[in-house]
Parts: sequence; C-alpha cells; structure tokens
Amino acid sequence: MTATIDAPVRTAPRLDSLGRLESEAIHIMREVAGEFDRPVILFSGGKDSTLLLHLAVKAFWPAPVPFPLLHVDTGHNFAEVIDFRDRMVERYGLRLVVANVQDWIDDGRLTERPDGTRNPLQTVPLLDTITEHRFDAVFGGGRRDEERARAKERIFSLRNAFGQWEPRRQRPELWNLYNGRHRPGEHVRVFPLSNWTELDVWRYIARENIELPSIYYAHERDVYSRDGMWLTEGPWGGPRDGETVLRKTVRYRTVGDGSCTGAVESEASTLDEVIAEVGASRLTERGATRADDRLSEAAMEDRKREGYF
Amino acid sequence: MSDLLRLATAGSVDDGKSTLVGRLLYDTKSVLADQLDAVHRASVDKGLSTPDLSLLVDGLRSEREQGITIDVAYRYFATPRRTFVLADTPGHVQYTRNTVTGASTAQLAILLVDARKGVVEQTRRHAAVLALLGVPRLVLAVNKIDLVDYDHGTFEVIAKEFATHAGNLGYAADAVLAVPVSALVGDNVVEHSERTPWYTGPTLLEHLETVPAQEDPHAAPFRFPVQYVIRPRTPEHPDYRGYAGQIAAGTVRPGDEVVVLPSGARTRVTRVDTPDGELTEAAAGASVTLLLADDLDISRGDLIAAGIDRPEVTDEIDATLAWLADKPLRAGARVLVKHGARTVQAIVGELRTRFDEQQLSTVDGPESLELNEIGQVTLRTSEPVPVDDYRTHGRTGAFLVIDPADGTTLAAGLVGAPLPVLERD
Repeated sequence: MTATIDAPVRTAPRLDSLGRLESEAIHIMREVAGEFDRPVILFSGGKDSTLLLHLAVKAFWPAPVPFPLLHVDTGHNFAEVIDFRDRMVERYGLRLVVANVQDWIDDGRLTERPDGTRNPLQTVPLLDTITEHRFDAVFGGGRRDEERARAKERIFSLRNAFGQWEPRRQRPELWNLYNGRHRPGEHVRVFPLSNWTELDVWRYIARENIELPSIYYAHERDVYSRDGMWLTEGPWGGPRDGETVLRKTVRYRTVGDGSCTGAVESEASTLDEVIAEVGASRLTERGATRADDRLSEAAMEDRKREGYF
Repeated sequence: MSDLLRLATAGSVDDGKSTLVGRLLYDTKSVLADQLDAVHRASVDKGLSTPDLSLLVDGLRSEREQGITIDVAYRYFATPRRTFVLADTPGHVQYTRNTVTGASTAQLAILLVDARKGVVEQTRRHAAVLALLGVPRLVLAVNKIDLVDYDHGTFEVIAKEFATHAGNLGYAADAVLAVPVSALVGDNVVEHSERTPWYTGPTLLEHLETVPAQEDPHAAPFRFPVQYVIRPRTPEHPDYRGYAGQIAAGTVRPGDEVVVLPSGARTRVTRVDTPDGELTEAAAGASVTLLLADDLDISRGDLIAAGIDRPEVTDEIDATLAWLADKPLRAGARVLVKHGARTVQAIVGELRTRFDEQQLSTVDGPESLELNEIGQVTLRTSEPVPVDDYRTHGRTGAFLVIDPADGTTLAAGLVGAPLPVLERD
C-alpha cells in the first residue's frame, strides 16, 4: 500500500519512541499556539506538568514560552514543590496565575470537606479562574495510561461552559489534525502527553536531565499509615489517635494535596534508581498513592465529568 | 533503542476483542497489581470463576454496566523490543466513525473474527475502511479457535476468504497475516500453542514485534506545513525568524531548494534548527524549525515543499469523504476544511458516488451521504490549497471537514480516490 516515488535516497536519523513522543507533543503545543487566543499551562510542580513546561520551552525556542502557568493551590502543598514552582517561573521568565482554594473557602464559595481533603475542591477555583481570565485552551499533563476513564480522552478535549467533559460529544480525532473550534464560554483541554506512559516520562526526564522537586527522590520523613498509605504531617493535619508516627525512607510518585497523597517506601535516590523502581513496580502510581482515586471504581470518570481533569 | 508501533483493533460485537486486548496487556505484564485486583473483584461480583480480562479495557461506568464499548480507547504496552500504542475501536454502532479515528494513525490493524462465524459483513466493511485509510498492514486474528476444536480446515477457509477480499482492496499478500488465536485461553497470542501444531507462523505478539514499523515516507518528496513563526526579538536573537512545524513527508537538509505554497515563491533552506542544536538532516515525523535564505512573507498555514515534485495548488478538490456526523451531507453544504495548519471555507459541489463497502462497488449520484457512509465529492475552496493525493502523501492528502456553526468534525477527507474500486473515471 506504500507508494514509491523516485527521489534521491538518503539515510535520515530515525526517531526512537521517546523522540516520536517528544515530536508529537511539540506539534500539539504549536497547534495550540497557532489556533487559540489565550492558552495556559496547568502547572502543579509535579513531574508531568514539569515535563509539559520543558516541552513548551523546546517547542518555541529560542523565543520564550508564549503561555502563562496556572496553579490551583490547595494550600496543602509540600513546601519543596512551591519552592520548585517559583524557581521555574523565575528561570523561564513566565507569568504565574495562582488560584488559592483557601480564598474560595474564606468567602464561602466552597466548604471544607469533613475529611479535610482538598483535591476534590480544586474544580470550582479552576473553572472560575478559566472564566475570569478567559483562557480558551488549558494544557494538562494527563496521560491515557493513568486510568481507565482517561484512556478514552482526546488530545483536544472540548469542555462546555460548565467545564464538563461529555464522553459522547467528543470529536473523532483524525491523523494529526486537531479541531480546536469552540463556542464562546467553551474551552478546550489539551493533553500533549496523552500517549506517554509513566515509564516514558521518567526515561525522558533522565534523557533531558530535567529538574524535579526533591520529594520525588528517596528521603527520610516522619510518616503514619492510613488506608494502606504513608501520609505525612502538614498544614492539612496529622496523625489521628492510634496512628503511630514512624521515621522512614520514602519518596513520592505523584505530587498532590498532602492530605491524600501517600509516599512509598523507597531507596531510589537517583533518576536511574527511580526508573528501575517504576519498571519493576506492580502498582499504578494513582492506585498506590492517591486516596482520592480509590474512592470508587468510577471516581475519575465522575471527576472528569465535573470539570476536573 | 526501542521503536514505536501504532496499531488499531477492529471487530464486531462479541468476537472477543476486549478479551484479546486484555490478554495482550496481561501477557506482556502491562497490567499492574491494583488494576488486576479490581478485575478479580469485579469478576467475582459477576459470578465468574476466572478473571474476565475484558474488564481491563472497558473504561466508562456506563460501558461496564451495559457490557459494551462506546468509544475508541487507547492502550499502551511495551516489550523489550518495541513500544505499542493501541487504538481499541468498538465494532457495533458508529463503526466507520470509530474505525476511521483509530486507523488514521495506525501502521497496522488487527481485525478479529469469530472462528465459528468466519468473515462476516462487518469484517469486510472494516477491511475496506482500513484500506481506504491506507493502513499498511492487516492481521486477521481468527479468535475462539478453541471453540472449533483447533480445526485446521476451518482456519484455512477463513484465512483464504479474507486474503482474497484484502487482495481486492489492494493489499499485497505479504501485507496480510492470519493467526489462529484464543484470547480467552491465550493460544498463539504471546506463546505458541501446542494445540495448533499445523500453524507454523508467528504468534500475534511476535508479529507485532517484528513487522516493519517505520512507515514514514522517508523517500517521498519533502512536505512541511508551517505551524508557527518563531520570532524571539530578544537581545540574544534580534533577527531570528524560523518556521516551526512537523515534517509531514520526506527529508530536509541545509541547502535544499524549496517552494513556499500557495504563493509559489522559491527559496533555499539555510538551517534545520532544534533546541538541541542544528541538524544536518531531518526526516518525516520530526518537529523542527526551518530558517530560509530569503525574507519572504510566510505564515501559519503555508506549506514548504520540495522544489521539484510539488503538490497541486487548487481551489477545486476531488476527494473521498468518510461521513462521521448524524446530520447527512447534501450538495451545496457550506463547510470548513482543515488541511495541514490551514483552515479554509468550502462549498460541497456534486456528490459523485457513494461507496458500497459490502459489494466493493459504487453507486452514482447519491442524494446524500449519511452517518458512516463513504463517498466521493467535489469541494470548492475559498482560496487555493496545496494538496497531494492521499495515497502518495497521507499527511498532506488528508483533511477534516468541520461544521462552521458549532465546530463539530463532520468528516474525514482524503484527496483523490484511495481505493482501486473508486478509480473509475
């Protein structure tokens, strides 16, 4: 079925799998820059959004990244991650928009949950900020390998005026032609890392020598066990009666709200050791360390419909 | 260095496609313990004695409740030799829509049939759509071979019938492979089965691991849709002006003579730039930035192409459409055409033929094109567009048809007549 055409035969460098994923992500970011008026990168300081930022820097080099960053700050962040965020903003000369969940709680638009977890509270500040700044394209670091509901996500995912994802209304996505058309009030979530796996992310971080927050690597920390996860004390609270605090060598596989993001016991203190550990792991990163995704079988599907990722 | 193979699966209802995909993930150890635990729990809840591997891939709650698959889902697995991106397309409703979506980027497609039923109407339809999209290779997985007692004769009849059909669609014999499998039990998916001693070919996974993956048209003339103009205007780069894009076909080197379309201006490539340094050569699939010798007026949507063997610049496109919308297409419709990085207005002229994927024949002068139908039309565009024939240049021969009112993607467009049966003029 392949057509043959007379042309001088050349041997060009072929892209390996990481090279192809990088090229695809850069292509997607340039399409957004070309077609949308007000794109923004959702940036948590986690490894996936840090990778997004790295790809954005590469996509527009030697010009600066033409998008601001948006951080929905639960107030339950690890100090190392906030410090990292601010250094990245400084390094690349970016504009940072922060939506503080605390502000929404203070003025009554949100109510603190009984369990103190703030991850589910991020949706309203996110949507309000998108509306306020009239962002029309929102880059997220979501990957399809993370969870079953995400496996059906498009690279360009149309959201209605309520930020909702309607699985039956998603557009067919053909070739590398992305349809970003949307009506006033609607926006598009864009996932350049859709086709990456967790291992791809780590291998690429190693190949490109990308800096990450220190908590991704093994360190000593006081932790207590809850729901089979190692949690740590912070502004979000601490151990309850009967929960014993232990000193352990741990690292984090994901970065989120400290009240529901668990550490894993690990000695992996270098990138190579982390890659070896991820390759050998028998648990998904979300199943292992995110209480919010374990709430129910369809937890992610429900949160996507509501306008979370 | 592992490479990447993009593949799609297609099949009809109940032929065990989800189970086969689940089996591939399970046997390549791409399923982690917590996902497997969830499947075990759900299988026990349903009263099953063995884990139902199809639960690994049925994503949305509404699907799990109804036991169906409603949309294309993407799966990832890897072996030491290769990384796989699998588009899992459901077979029943909206079969063309889903198959087109899954197959548009696929280098190989796996078609499933039930060994007890053989090649059915859906199989022929799917194969026709895959051929239309130009998927280079097909694998026919003759599933549930255990339910026909591993009978060689049954397999041979099915394999032969499919080979004939694929041949009529333009596939060479070595581009098609039939494998007898049982997704449920695992025969010939990853491991060779002792129960099919008569089958001497590769297992499904062996084939996926060894089939040539690089189908990028390296040998084709250069095509480069300009996505974005990079002008830093910073103290370090006051005069830098680069054209950013992903190479759609061919290769490029500094010194190459190129033409900018639709204007037709000629110039020369002075530098192939990336943040990791300049390249002496780059090929299809790479995202790069080109610097040119002359100061030309080039913007997003323009196409930079080889100086010789350039695309046709036309405002009248003869094309094949796979219609993906509920609302039917009629002559005179006003639409948007997205081709490369350019979107133009267009009016649909005559509907010339409708393709019958079952009979592999055409019907002249249809009234309309309905959801999931394929037909040939003429499009008149508001400005000239540089287009290639889809068969020689998949990337620059493809376009989207978009509804200007609500932005819906209405159709997959392919320039020319990409199937032998459609070439009748």
